[in-house]
Amino acid sequence: MKFRVFRYNPDEDEQPYLQDFEVAAERGMMLRDALLQIKTQDEGFSFRHSCGEGVCGSDGVNVNGENKLACITPLAELKEPVVVRPFPGRPVIRDLVVDMSQFFQQYRAVQPWLIRKDPLPEHEILQSPEERERLDGLYECILCGCCSTSCPSFWWNPDRFHGPQALLTAWRFLADSRDQAADERLDELEGPYKLFRCHTIMSCVEACPKHLNPTRAIGNIKNLMLKKSI
Amino acid sequence: MALAKRHFDALIIGAGGAGLNAALQLANADARVAVVSKVFPTRSHTVAAQGGVNAALANVVPDSWHWHMFDTVKGSDYLGDQDAIEFMCREAIPTVYELEHNGVPFSRLDNGRIYQRAFGGQSQNFGGEQASRTCAAADRTGHAILHTLYQQNLRARTHFFDEYFAIELISDDEGAVLGALVMEIETGEPLLIEAKVTLLATGGCGQVFRTNSNAHINTGDGMAMALRAGVPLQDMEFFQFHPTGIHGKGMLISEAVRGEGGYLVNKDGERFMPRYAPHAKDLASRDVVSRAIVTEVKAGRGCGPRGDHVLLKADHLGEEVVAKRLPGIRESAIIFAGTDPAREPIPVYPTAHYVMGGIPTDRFGRVVIPARHGPEEAVPGLYAAGECACVSVHGANRLGGNSLLDILVFGRAAGLDIIGYLDANPNHRPLNSASVDAAMARFQRFEQPGEGIPVAELREEFQKVMEDHAGVYRTEAVMAEGVEKLKAIRERLDAVRLTDRSRVFNTARIEAFELANMIDVGMGIALSASQRKESRGAHSRPDYPERDDKNWLKHSLYFRDGDQLDYKPVRTRPLSVDSFPPKARTY
Ligand SMILES: Cc1cc2nc3c(=O)[nH]c(=O)nc-3n(C[C@H](O)[C@H](O)[C@H](O)COP(=O)(O)OP(=O)(O)OC[C@H]3O[C@@H](n4cnc5c(N)ncnc54)[C@H](O)[C@@H]3O)c2cc1C
Ligand code: SF4
Ligand code: SF4
Ligand code: FES
Repeated sequence: MKFRVFRYNPDEDEQPYLQDFEVAAERGMMLRDALLQIKTQDEGFSFRHSCGEGVCGSDGVNVNGENKLACITPLAELKEPVVVRPFPGRPVIRDLVVDMSQFFQQYRAVQPWLIRKDPLPEHEILQSPEERERLDGLYECILCGCCSTSCPSFWWNPDRFHGPQALLTAWRFLADSRDQAADERLDELEGPYKLFRCHTIMSCVEACPKHLNPTRAIGNIKNLMLKKSI
Repeated sequence: MALAKRHFDALIIGAGGAGLNAALQLANADARVAVVSKVFPTRSHTVAAQGGVNAALANVVPDSWHWHMFDTVKGSDYLGDQDAIEFMCREAIPTVYELEHNGVPFSRLDNGRIYQRAFGGQSQNFGGEQASRTCAAADRTGHAILHTLYQQNLRARTHFFDEYFAIELISDDEGAVLGALVMEIETGEPLLIEAKVTLLATGGCGQVFRTNSNAHINTGDGMAMALRAGVPLQDMEFFQFHPTGIHGKGMLISEAVRGEGGYLVNKDGERFMPRYAPHAKDLASRDVVSRAIVTEVKAGRGCGPRGDHVLLKADHLGEEVVAKRLPGIRESAIIFAGTDPAREPIPVYPTAHYVMGGIPTDRFGRVVIPARHGPEEAVPGLYAAGECACVSVHGANRLGGNSLLDILVFGRAAGLDIIGYLDANPNHRPLNSASVDAAMARFQRFEQPGEGIPVAELREEFQKVMEDHAGVYRTEAVMAEGVEKLKAIRERLDAVRLTDRSRVFNTARIEAFELANMIDVGMGIALSASQRKESRGAHSRPDYPERDDKNWLKHSLYFRDGDQLDYKPVRTRPLSVDSFPPKARTY
């Protein structure tokens, strides 16, 4: 199977380039397996990966123009030549490895932790199955970045627009019956950029390998803001 | 150029559940704490734990920490230390409540309490009816816990060194640990982190075996660093093979499937576990189920064209249970095995999963080594917690749901004990330049130019030797041959050369360091296994099929220096209750 892979090593290359590789594809192989094979052909080829089963969020890459997790992308689904590039819009460190610090900064900016003001009970804080169900589709985020790095608004304003991942997380805490900081959270999201740069383009939803829906989460935040303002 | 240095009260190497729960205690107590991780914290392997964490909350059926303790001692095949086990089972309850308060989105029961499922090896009333002790966030419990702990550490302003690789511990002439030499992966530059106390929380080493359920990063780095600092590894012969890895791939299908009512069948469609464990059936302890599967396959009752696996059935549970309770597993099975468990059975076979052994510690997380006179003593400034440590609560076999518990309880205990240590030792000890030089030499180890053996090639060879010679079949001859082969591989490590010698994000270089670590740890496993002449828990020897409490109710210790083995007694005395004396283990 034919691959065209983005290469750039700042120690050696002045310019990035695409390099062709041939990989012996077998039934059931994932894109990560192919990248590993390429690495045995050229040990200097760098990419992040770890769990191999789509839970750690390390190996997001851009394949034939779409952001995907290499380890759960079957080769059988890909058209040849398979063009593998780093995430768009992020500074490249080397080959497929990009600098994700702004992405994580935006995550940290939404105060992604449960805030509880009441004294804690000596057992668990009670939560009904229905209340808990509101967290489904939110808490599963693996911070892979496939969404935010496919969002045009995030490309243009990565320092000011939170991006779909962080906004999904903001909603994850707003939606948690145990959290007691809704007002502060909503106040923090005010202004033209942090939340409102989302133009509902939905690239994020398409990109999410965990089938989460940041656009819906963003809509829910906007609705809640509206409700609070009247 | 001068070596860059940073100073902290506490250095934690590893950002899995163990490292992060320790860090949280320290940061909450306003200590200056640095957490170093070779991957971004939420990529640590704790994220992959599916089924859940054990605690006798009694939310579903009656339960008590004492029953939990009994099950754990029995599961350990009586090799676990009963003081540590009592401590863990008692602490389980407040630990899980604390996690919940911190935000873990546990699944819920109708009355609003935490959902608990049945897991293997659990009983009520000291061996009676099945218990439901495993607290779960669907089948993504590890993910839910790890992300929550990371989030709370962000709140507490822990210093994170993300994508820094720890190379070597720094110690002084008295053996006190002073910190570690680490490498920033992005730049390839070394950094010396000096700390009054260092906690190793580097996780497991499943990558030493070719077919495993572990992440690429689980290479036993912390264990190897401890070995090189003169600390032995305890009970390394006890390596758990999880019964249900996806056949041919090794990815895990959690025990949660059997906990929810799934079961195993052979090629005749027979549910075979009742023959091996009439009472607990498919929820017998993991070593028992793994051996049963291997026995079925060896007897010609395996499934598939090659008869080399068995099937895990969950289709009778119905769409709703599978969708609600096992969504992540369902997705994995569809992607990697091409089967939807709600409709067809999953092909499975045992996969290398978990190391019971590790860096010996007491129940406060202090690393302990044999003292020349009297009992063991603590290594000043060194702690260990999590899968890299051996407290020992799992003994010869770990129960499902007890590892998340172990990492959380002992991560927390270590963090709390370190606060006391820092009070008693408020100053940094003077740096030892000889130790720094030795660590720097190691850092430069793979920089020689020229032709040599590629890392990937030696790694593959090593993993195969481990699988063939230290895996499930352990006879004298097979293991002796394995040890010789490992010694040869260890020598050839010096001939490894990198073709890629650039600094920036050089993953080949990291893999070379990891391979060196794995070889040290692998030798510990192979040697300890070859010497233990009995069958106990996960260590099963056809040439010594019985457990031998008279000669072998003891922990082994492997020292890297001269490949020495030593032994120490099992602590059979609990903290407050009566000891559980060894009994025949039936399920
Ligand atoms: C697929 C799977 C499912 C499981 N399911 C369950 C379950 O349901 N219940 C249960 O109780 N247990 C389960 N376990 C076991 C349990 O998840 C692990 O034992 C546990 O999470 C280990 O946690 P830890 O904190 O010790 O290490 P890890 O989470 O593995 O973290 C290790 C950390 O150390 C860092 N590190 C390692 N080496 C270096 C280095 N050289 N330099 C810098 N950093 C380094 C890593 O970056 C990482 O941050 C499962 C295990 C697997 C593999
Ligand atoms: S919907 Fe909003 S967040 Fe998602 S890609 Fe479009 S602009 Fe970005
Ligand atoms: S929302 Fe989806 S795509 Fe975005 S970071 Fe989370 S898991 Fe990845
Ligand atoms: S390697 Fe972990 S998500 Fe792909």
